Amino acid sequence: MALLEIRGLTVEFRTTLGPLRAVDGLDLDVEKGEIVGIVGESGSGKSVAMLAVMGLLPRTTTITAERLAFDGADLLSLSTRRRRALTGKAMAMIFQEPMTSLNPCFTVGFQIVEGLRQHEGGSRRALRARAVELLEKVGIPAPEERLGAFPHQLSGGMSQRVMIAMAIACNPQLLIADEPTTALDVTIQAQILDLLVELQRERGMALVLITHDMGVVAETAHRVSVQYAGQQVELREVKALFADPRHPYTAALLEALPERSSGRLLPTIKGVVPGLRDRPPGCLFEPRCRLATAHCRAVPPPLAPAGDALARCHYPLFEGLPQNHPGTAERAS
Amino acid sequence: MFRFLLARLGILVPTFVGVTFVAFVLIRLVPGDPIEMLAGERGIGAERHAELMAQYGFDRPLWYQYGSFLVNVLQGDLGQSLVTRRPVLAEFLALFPATVELSLLAMLFAVLVGLPAGVLAAVRRGTFLDHAVMGASLTGYSMPIFWWALLLIILFSGMLQWTPVSGRIDLLYFFEPVTGFMLIDSLLADEPGAFASALRHLVLPAVVLGTIPMAVIARQTRSAMLEVLGEDYVRTARAKGLAPRRVVGLHALRNALIPVVTVIGLQVGLLFSGAILTETIFAWPGVGKWLIDSIARRDYPSVQGGIVLIAGVVMLVNLLVDLLYGLVNPRIRHAR
Repeated sequence: MALLEIRGLTVEFRTTLGPLRAVDGLDLDVEKGEIVGIVGESGSGKSVAMLAVMGLLPRTTTITAERLAFDGADLLSLSTRRRRALTGKAMAMIFQEPMTSLNPCFTVGFQIVEGLRQHEGGSRRALRARAVELLEKVGIPAPEERLGAFPHQLSGGMSQRVMIAMAIACNPQLLIADEPTTALDVTIQAQILDLLVELQRERGMALVLITHDMGVVAETAHRVSVQYAGQQVELREVKALFADPRHPYTAALLEALPERSSGRLLPTIKGVVPGLRDRPPGCLFEPRCRLATAHCRAVPPPLAPAGDALARCHYPLFEGLPQNHPGTAERAS
Repeated sequence: MFRFLLARLGILVPTFVGVTFVAFVLIRLVPGDPIEMLAGERGIGAERHAELMAQYGFDRPLWYQYGSFLVNVLQGDLGQSLVTRRPVLAEFLALFPATVELSLLAMLFAVLVGLPAGVLAAVRRGTFLDHAVMGASLTGYSMPIFWWALLLIILFSGMLQWTPVSGRIDLLYFFEPVTGFMLIDSLLADEPGAFASALRHLVLPAVVLGTIPMAVIARQTRSAMLEVLGEDYVRTARAKGLAPRRVVGLHALRNALIPVVTVIGLQVGLLFSGAILTETIFAWPGVGKWLIDSIARRDYPSVQGGIVLIAGVVMLVNLLVDLLYGLVNPRIRHAR
């Protein structure tokens, strides 16, 4: 049994234009102690899916799933009280904007201790000692002094370290990191990623890393889920994915990596992710896909096994060649 | 922080001088003069009138009168009431506790009702409760004070007979005034009956006076909360698995309070202007009613002095609120 089981997770927001489906039938298992990368463009539903797992979406959101379970416990049928007992303890999350994710009115120490007191309790002194220990753990110099600091006195990198300290405070089995390095300087990005991977190894916790940076995924993740317009388009071991992508979207993402491009101009994926009103009837990637056929336009492809992968494509790529494609003469790369 | 304080104090000086000028000019724009009013219906001869005017210095050029008023004010001398011959400052101080007691209770009511109402409306945004709170606050804000007061008097004093119509306390009670606050003095004198009586006298005027500030605070709290509830740190608080009450009541409210405290401070000015009407309606022996009476008598020194003193208090309170702002908002406290 996987630590986190997600089957057919669908999340819809009520909007004035009608329901907006942000996540569309996501399947994902996260095993104990593994790092899963979720990649995709903005609006591909990667953050929303994980917020749904954490139970952090607004009440007006509609969340449905065939199964959404953590450590065997069905999250959707759990009472809010018991769900809260998991949130922040067994599963924790850090976010994209560390500077705005800390409450400006409370000290760092207060904010770390608060979660500990909620889930584990303990004397004032013991909690304080734990907080110092945690700050030390995440590499904050002079942790004793930092306890009394307010968030506006910290840099972005420091803030993210504090967020991580808060998240790992209760030794969670699952840590979800939602673009943890996007808002940080490049030099700090690597430090934070290293810290996350180090903590993950040391504590044997599962780490879900949401990112739009393929480079980050390559360096850290064991398995990757590629998301497009709320759907999962490919699910794979990380090495295999980079060596031989099955879905044309994954292939296009990899081609857009500067270190992989050979020409003078960096390849791009033309067009944008479809919105609420312009969802194509068939494959969602079809309008931007070089290999699209009439069949792609009419029939939505299912997420199906393709070799060692799961891919949502009628003509999955093998060694860059689309299988069973009517016009196989056209090369993918 | 010290610099901040200095800058705030610097702004107060021109404001204060402006207030003295306005107070001086406005009362003189009102037709009639103190001598005429003192003479009453019997009237007074032109010669005697001129003589008395000269005696009080009202025949001097206006700029001279204003100049000497300003110089005296700066020396702490507000002059004597033309009617009672007592120093204006002493009269003011004797009545001021009554106004403060009323205003404090009104503010207490406004904050205790307005703040939770605003928070609730924000948390239950778009629901019936939200619309009810906002509707009530709009009504409260738009209701003329005197009309609202009369409605409450008819209901609670007239029909239900729960509260007295006017005054501060039933006449049968007497005890030594120590602080000037009836509620405190009655307790000090160990007179529970007097305390109850004072409280019953206070309730209606305090509710009337507190209604507009309550409405303003409720609306401001709601909009501040709505903004704050969408912030990342609120999501972080929820991600810790904290109870909703703690997320809203501590993490969100603490931040929403920053603009709300400013608004509460600004209500103090409103409270004093409201007190003038409220005190008159409920025959509340405070500075508001005293000011109205002084205006009717064209008691120039009392009116001038009263306005200057009230304005001074309002400015002082606003200054205090600015300092309090630093207490609520650590980003200001630590700014150098």
